[in-house]
Amino acid sequence: MAGHVRTVARLIRDIDDGLPEVREVLKELYPHTGNAYVIGITGAPGVGKSTLVNQMLKHLRKGNKTVGVLAVDPTSPFSGGAILGDRIRMQQHSMDEGVFIRSLATRGHFGGLTQSTRSAIDVLDAMGKDYIIVETVGVGQDEVDVVKSAHTTVIVVMPGMGDDIQAIKAGILEVGDIFLINKADREGTDRTVTDLRLMIEMDQKKYEKGGWKPPILKAQAIFDKGVVELLEEIDRHGRYLMETSSGYRFRKRKDKVREELAEMVKTRIIEEVSNRLTGTGEFDRAVESIVEGELDPYTACDNLVLPRLGIS
Amino acid sequence: MVAKPGLDGHDRGARIIARAYRDAGFEVVYTGLHQTPEEIVEAAIQEDVDMIGLSSLAGAHKYLFPRVVELLTEKGAEDIIVCGGGIFPDEDIEKLKQAGIKEIFTPGSSLEEIVNWVKKNVKPR
Repeated sequence: MAGHVRTVARLIRDIDDGLPEVREVLKELYPHTGNAYVIGITGAPGVGKSTLVNQMLKHLRKGNKTVGVLAVDPTSPFSGGAILGDRIRMQQHSMDEGVFIRSLATRGHFGGLTQSTRSAIDVLDAMGKDYIIVETVGVGQDEVDVVKSAHTTVIVVMPGMGDDIQAIKAGILEVGDIFLINKADREGTDRTVTDLRLMIEMDQKKYEKGGWKPPILKAQAIFDKGVVELLEEIDRHGRYLMETSSGYRFRKRKDKVREELAEMVKTRIIEEVSNRLTGTGEFDRAVESIVEGELDPYTACDNLVLPRLGIS
Repeated sequence: MVAKPGLDGHDRGARIIARAYRDAGFEVVYTGLHQTPEEIVEAAIQEDVDMIGLSSLAGAHKYLFPRVVELLTEKGAEDIIVCGGGIFPDEDIEKLKQAGIKEIFTPGSSLEEIVNWVKKNVKPR
């Protein structure tokens, strides 16, 4: 697989389109995965994630590491279309053979984003990339699940986001291994540090038992300030994983495998049932029956799903 | 993919086009300004796009557009369709088409027309 950019690009498209043939290819690829270090970068729109990734690429390349980037952008819920603009900040690396950048749209299929992004990670891993960076807007369960596949997850915030920190707290605080305050020349940086520290220290008990305590870093990605320090912290977290678990083989650890397999099963069931429903008109008839008051939705759901799973 | 090759800094048109495609349900990779044909082709291959829309208002289209087609062919990616938009003298349009640019849109083309052309002429590979 090494080097076949067109093949890899095509494969990721087929994964994203959910083509069933792709499964056979992924089965063959799987034994070649587990060697890349996966970094998740997440945070609200406009905090500077793409700019940060661009600088990280520069430094990782200086160290002769090869890198794959998966940049996930939201699909418009109205048209189904998407503008994938993360590349704009990274285009300076597009001619570098050691860098492969791919944009993905969230598309809004049930859990599908998680599944297809994980498969895309596997592809880049098998391609031999040393690092894989997954960049997502950190909202929604799917995106949180995506970053859970990373060895190290970096949560990017910027000063003055106020209540947005609260939103992070509710959703993705638990998955953050490193917090980075970007645009740290702005007013309110110290306040943001305090807010984050407060939240992190609420988990004090965990750290006392030797758990990883997420560091809070400051950066100005556009001026390349704080980026080297971030990479050092990512390294340090990597070493922590090595000491405390199976480390770089993290994605093949039992609890990870369990979690990912459970999701894969769930996604597959939805896919198989939907495929068998499409075109039969049964779904629309069930909707009619419920509207007409002939049937309750619980029975309708049983009727649609159970026979297709071989349960009568 | 919507791309701006060359040195002109006028990307309003390209952004509007990107937005129109998005609203029509397409996934659009936007590369930003000041791209070389090499960068555009490499990005298009990594993103595995079906079509590249080039925008140019600075007069260098006669070199830049055909160069993109040429590079795609060199890389064995001639199945990626190339279109262009911008302000061009009439006599250039025919030459661009001969060089492998599938369609050229000039001022006065409506967004609807441009989107419909793609719907009709670009089939997912």
